[in-house]
Amino acid sequence: MSDKPIFMTFARSDVTNFVVLMIVAFAVIPLTVGSDYWYTSILIPWLCLALAAIGQQIVMGYTGQLALGAAGFMAAGAFACFNLELRVPGLPFAGSLLLSGVIAAAFGVLFGLPSLRVRGIYLMVATLASQFFIIWMIDKFGWFKNYDTSGIITAQDIEIFGRPFTSPVEMYLVVAVVVIVLTIPAINLTRGAVGRSWMAVRDMDIAAESMGISLLRTKLLAFAISAFYCGVAGALFAFTYLKSLEPVAFDIKLSFEILFMVILGGLGTINGAFIGAAFILLFPVVLNSLGNTYFHGMIDATIMSAIEQVVFGALIILFLIYEPLGMSKLWTNLRQRMFSRKRAGDARALRKPAG
Amino acid sequence: MTQARNYPLGDPILEVSNISLRFGGVKAITDTSFKVLAHEIRAIIGPNGAGKSSLLNCINGVYKPQEGSIAFKGQVLDRISPNIVARKGISRTFQNLALFKRMSVLDNILVGRQLHMAANFLEVACQLPRARREERENRARCEEIVEFLEIGDIRHTPVAKLPYGLQKKVELGRALATEADVLLLDEPMAGMNVEEKREMCRFILKVNDEIGTTMVLIEHDMGVVMDISDNVVVLDYGKVIAEGPPAEVRSNQAVIDAYLGVAID
Ligand SMILES: Nc1ncnc2c1ncn2[C@@H]1O[C@H](COP(=O)(O)OP(=O)(O)O)[C@@H](O)[C@H]1O
Ligand SMILES: [Mg+2]
Repeated sequence: MSDKPIFMTFARSDVTNFVVLMIVAFAVIPLTVGSDYWYTSILIPWLCLALAAIGQQIVMGYTGQLALGAAGFMAAGAFACFNLELRVPGLPFAGSLLLSGVIAAAFGVLFGLPSLRVRGIYLMVATLASQFFIIWMIDKFGWFKNYDTSGIITAQDIEIFGRPFTSPVEMYLVVAVVVIVLTIPAINLTRGAVGRSWMAVRDMDIAAESMGISLLRTKLLAFAISAFYCGVAGALFAFTYLKSLEPVAFDIKLSFEILFMVILGGLGTINGAFIGAAFILLFPVVLNSLGNTYFHGMIDATIMSAIEQVVFGALIILFLIYEPLGMSKLWTNLRQRMFSRKRAGDARALRKPAG
Repeated sequence: MTQARNYPLGDPILEVSNISLRFGGVKAITDTSFKVLAHEIRAIIGPNGAGKSSLLNCINGVYKPQEGSIAFKGQVLDRISPNIVARKGISRTFQNLALFKRMSVLDNILVGRQLHMAANFLEVACQLPRARREERENRARCEEIVEFLEIGDIRHTPVAKLPYGLQKKVELGRALATEADVLLLDEPMAGMNVEEKREMCRFILKVNDEIGTTMVLIEHDMGVVMDISDNVVVLDYGKVIAEGPPAEVRSNQAVIDAYLGVAID
């Protein structure tokens, strides 16, 4: 994604990207992908997790706050949505989603407070508290689960304008609309004044403050918006992917996975959230099928998952050392190389006087 | 500087009164007072460790002096943080570059415009008219600064990739972008060659002349100090040992002693 602001020029590449995206998301995929497996096991979780990764990206990639606890905010969003659907009759699903995000954002502000005092690994530990606190709270007070004792609650069916959206394709469409609708403001924020203040705080907080930026407001805003994205993502994740609500689905492991998505995808990029989420999600699937085709089940499942973790760890370390901008940067480089001739042509055209 | 100035020296705009700053046992500044006049170019000189940077840090609120007070435009800046000081009209550069490394030159300078932008996050997220207008206007303003500093060809380069001298220029640009009444410049010319220093002096004088910005700058090169400053404050061991026009200060015995008898050229 270029750093050209979307609003100054509506850069032509932005518009074409957007049109292509819309066609792929709402025409090509629904018309060509027939198997439910693709929707329920790949596309839906990918988009939900990418949305959560945008949240992680905002607080960590843009604002430089090493926060760990995205899954906690996802849980807050998921259970908020469940309760809103349960207790507020007539509230449209979009409203429930939005409010779930807002409720998660409130938790974000609360657990963002330590960032005003500590940073780095200490902040990571402090934000972990949010993870444990939110899960504990949901488990502790029966009200949140509507006094269900089985441990797993079934999510309500999604209904929009009285029409149920329950088939895999329908749920995919709901998720795709929400994710696209929320990704655009995220891009606007990160490319505009708000994003600049986040990045200024990330790169040199004392200088940012000396330029009139309030660290308190900037950091808490980042935590709030980050948690908002995680909250909505959590609600979608529960309602369209899990189709159930259970706190254990949002454990620390998921928080780490979202952290890794952002690191592998590329810190400080929105497309990195999507690339990272795709990678983390698909990697085990691909590895498994490779194992099955080439070794015909000779490799034990436990060994397979051990290999998976070793490769993950190695990749994360490699990216942190050699390419902190992650796969998003590799992708940009590749595209630049492929289109370098075309770009040179564009540049020549630009230099011609207008008219 | 004999010809009439667009902005002749005015009343005191910045008054430092009896400030003392300690770090544990280290006395960085001891009972220091001086006044800076509006539109003045004021140099602060003194040996390393004299407390010059600490003084600037006290003025813009990075450090909080244990004693004394600092008044800006007649209003005491009491224990307030740098962002509020910036909004009141004091901006600065840092001795050790403090740029936003991963951001482009233009984005760095745009951060200096942040305090002129009022659109809230929802307006920015949804690109409502005020956010768009502010972005457009402030970008245009930064382009002017980029032109002025003659760094147009690197405007989209991430600052970390630039050589030191250019980074210093970008930092000046970021401070200028705030349109502060007072600029605190901590060794803006350190590590520069003669050519670069001359250019920097030209920018500082031009800004002072054209928009009347008051400058408080720390500088070691006495030639530069003699050339551009109206008045000089000499610090040694956290105390003011001399103050006045550069020619006067240069021949002051206490100043010569502070520099260990090394004649100041
Ligand atoms: N943040 C700090 N913590 C501890 N000591 C400091 C700090 N900043 C400055 N000092 C001390 O204060 C004294 C003055 O430093 P400084 O203001 O940087 O001097 P100058 O800029 O004149 O070289 C030095 O002894 C320095 O070690
Ligand atoms: Mg210094």
